[in-house]
Amino acid sequence: MDAINQTTAAPQAAWGRVRRSRYVADMALKVICILFTALGAFVLGWILLMLIYEGVSALRPEVFTGTTPGPMTKGGGIANALVGSLILTFLGIVVATPIGVLAGTYLAEYGKGSKLAELIRFVNDILLAAPSILIGLFVYTLMVQPMGGYSGWAGGVALAIIAVPVIVRTTEDMLRIVPGSLREAGAALGAPLSKVITMITWRAARAGMVTGILLATARIAGETAPLLFTALNNNFWFRADLMGGVANLPVMIYQFALSPYQNWRELAWAGALVITLSILALSIVARLIFKKDTSR
Amino acid sequence: MSSIAVSASSAIGKTAAANPDALVRIAVRNLDFYYGDFRSLKDISIDFFDRQVTALIGPSGCGKSTLLRTFNRIYSLYPEQRAEGEILLDGQNVLSPAIDVNELRARVGMVFQKPTPFPMSIYDNIAFGIRLYEKLPKSELDGRIEEALRKAALWGEVKDKLRQSGMGLSGGQQQRLCIARTIAQQPEVILLDEPTSALDPISTGKIEELIEQLRSEFTIVIVTHNMQQAARISQFTAFMYLGELVEFGPTNKMFMNPTKKQTQDYITGRFG
Amino acid sequence: MVALSQKLLVTSMEKPSRRSPQLSFDQVFRLASLSSALIVLIVLAGIIGSMIYGGLPAFREFGFGFITSSVWDVQRDQYGAWVAIVGTLTSALIALVIGVPISLGIAIFLTQLCPPWLKRPVSTTIELLAAVPSIIYGMWGLFVFAPLFAQFVQIPVSSIVEGLPVFGTILYARTPSGVGVLTAGIILAIMIIPFIASISRDILDQIPPVLRESAYGIGCTTWEVVRHVLLPQVGVSVIGAIMLGLGRALGETMAVTFVIGNANRLSPSLFDPGSTIASRIANEFNEAIGLQLNALMALGCILFLVTFTVLVIARVLVARVKMR
Repeated sequence: MDAINQTTAAPQAAWGRVRRSRYVADMALKVICILFTALGAFVLGWILLMLIYEGVSALRPEVFTGTTPGPMTKGGGIANALVGSLILTFLGIVVATPIGVLAGTYLAEYGKGSKLAELIRFVNDILLAAPSILIGLFVYTLMVQPMGGYSGWAGGVALAIIAVPVIVRTTEDMLRIVPGSLREAGAALGAPLSKVITMITWRAARAGMVTGILLATARIAGETAPLLFTALNNNFWFRADLMGGVANLPVMIYQFALSPYQNWRELAWAGALVITLSILALSIVARLIFKKDTSR
Repeated sequence: MSSIAVSASSAIGKTAAANPDALVRIAVRNLDFYYGDFRSLKDISIDFFDRQVTALIGPSGCGKSTLLRTFNRIYSLYPEQRAEGEILLDGQNVLSPAIDVNELRARVGMVFQKPTPFPMSIYDNIAFGIRLYEKLPKSELDGRIEEALRKAALWGEVKDKLRQSGMGLSGGQQQRLCIARTIAQQPEVILLDEPTSALDPISTGKIEELIEQLRSEFTIVIVTHNMQQAARISQFTAFMYLGELVEFGPTNKMFMNPTKKQTQDYITGRFG
Repeated sequence: MVALSQKLLVTSMEKPSRRSPQLSFDQVFRLASLSSALIVLIVLAGIIGSMIYGGLPAFREFGFGFITSSVWDVQRDQYGAWVAIVGTLTSALIALVIGVPISLGIAIFLTQLCPPWLKRPVSTTIELLAAVPSIIYGMWGLFVFAPLFAQFVQIPVSSIVEGLPVFGTILYARTPSGVGVLTAGIILAIMIIPFIASISRDILDQIPPVLRESAYGIGCTTWEVVRHVLLPQVGVSVIGAIMLGLGRALGETMAVTFVIGNANRLSPSLFDPGSTIASRIANEFNEAIGLQLNALMALGCILFLVTFTVLVIARVLVARVKMR
């Protein structure tokens, strides 16, 4: 009772006790955080504007039909690099998807609590962040040296090695969200584990797994370093057997952008615009697929 | 006697009384169960009778679900769990390593606490279990699916949308879909693990009616935490406590005149 | 207990015995999954093996001096890694100094300050920043950022610090072209921000709301909640996230190759060109033959060792919080 009387007797004392410096620090934190976030968005916007400004002026219809020209010549395009990139990326993802999905499945469904699975998970996380140039060196030793030259196959394998850890990780994560009761229900009907996995858990995790594969595609589509020593580049259409250098956008952009020739630089900008927009579009589509599924 | 026991006992008689001449479908002998080192079932021996509903009741953690999960060896999905003893299904020990668990599970169906529709169409949900063991021509498969849905009292509600996803149904419909999926395999025994605890009263009523009808064809074991439900739908009741089987008998006797004091305390709501 | 009935129902199976046709598929599937998982191990072993195999001649030729020598002379066939190692570590360190506060600021904004409707667009924006290919960062750095950096930072700063001790050395640009170790560090910072920010965001999101609410409940301001409750709670795993960013910064190749200037000399000034292990490999590998090739492989070996160590520490630190 006394306590209540006291506080009602001197209400002013209860308010205004907060030191001003606390609010200043708080305000500073908020302002700084907002500024930093704005900075991130600003840089993305700046890069996109640069690409559009430089790239759109370089986009002529011929860019999509012609092959990469010699230095200081008129005309030409990036059609060979564009198609080459599509093929290499496709090759990489086609090799990586079954391996990644199966390995992720092993970790989520078979390897519960096993030491081997724990080790594989650990190594996969390392590979996920390993410098991609080292993967280029590895595939150079593995394929380019023994086969006696650069090839689209080596490029595809290098990209696959980069995509696998991404797919393993997302597959495992997505399978882990599938409730155990669904697996039990499948098993209770007498379905062997492989049937439960392929017919039920994979289906339940489908959207997330597709998202992972699309994100892996987006990741390898822009990779340059692993292609430098594997698929290299070429100013012509690639050979049907994909042996020899295979033209591709990232390495073409790298070589042309750093060249002193005006026509090459313009094509580099055109290529940069095309590849960035495609990759960003792919990333957004991947997220939309996942969002649509999880919002159900 | 408390009101719970009164209402529970008043529920008795709505269903058929225990058939004293029923044959034994599942005979459990000296069953122990371990989660790692923890012994969660202690020397259980009990019989389940053919075409009778047996309810397993008891407080949470008493081992009733664990016992149910031994009959189709679903526990073996988890390496740290193991069962010792004998469970004879038609005289064959299902715990024997010689038994093919998948075949066992096709003969002993199970329905879970939460509805578990597979992420596929209503039709495929039911066809999934059939296709695992039988290769049927389309027309015959259609017939089996319709039959299962009719038996599960779901046909009328879904016959025009068999190709739609099973996830789009209401909770009660999903649970009946799961029952349909189970009976489509033509099992001998159906295990129900608190099948109505996630459902509203109306859906619960429908499932209970369904169980009463299914009794004519299947041996049914149901785990429930709801004593009125046990009283309403079962012919036999087993009361479990702390991993032990305390008392087992015809449901009306268990509720009207239990032998053990623990049983009486539980059904009159004094603990649990 | 009611007497157990003796009337055991002993029937032969009423239905024809069911077969289980998928048994062999089951084994094949399991084996395929296991082999795929093992490929992950094999790849890592292959990377280690190929680096050692390729780098061994260089290590044998130069011994420990390979690491400490700053001579990289193709004409005389003399190779040392020191310049590239210093460039790698310096640029990565600069990236952390700049990138970490910004990343944490973004993570705090996203988890504590951001109105719900804004959360998704902002998160996506930050994640898209991670999706931009590294050559694009390189082009932006070289053609857009470097000229501005030269004009508005390098030239004024150089004229201010000229003659001063320490600063007159490390922040003096002899040829203010905009490219150099500091520029590389800044570009790297931008590239690692989305990684550190999104992992830190996930870590902060995992903190139970009760903890935050009870801190707010005793009258803490947002800053105080972050400083005294959230950061201590997640400290170790945020360091893990930072290490993950460091791993990226150490191995990033293309963007750095564009903006670091690719000098073979060691310079005390951060404004001067330098090179990193990755940029040197990217620059020289395709024309390299003989011992130079081995020396580049040996550089790769060192890069692998450094990033591997950093990533292992990162992984252990990040994993520790998930356990709790």
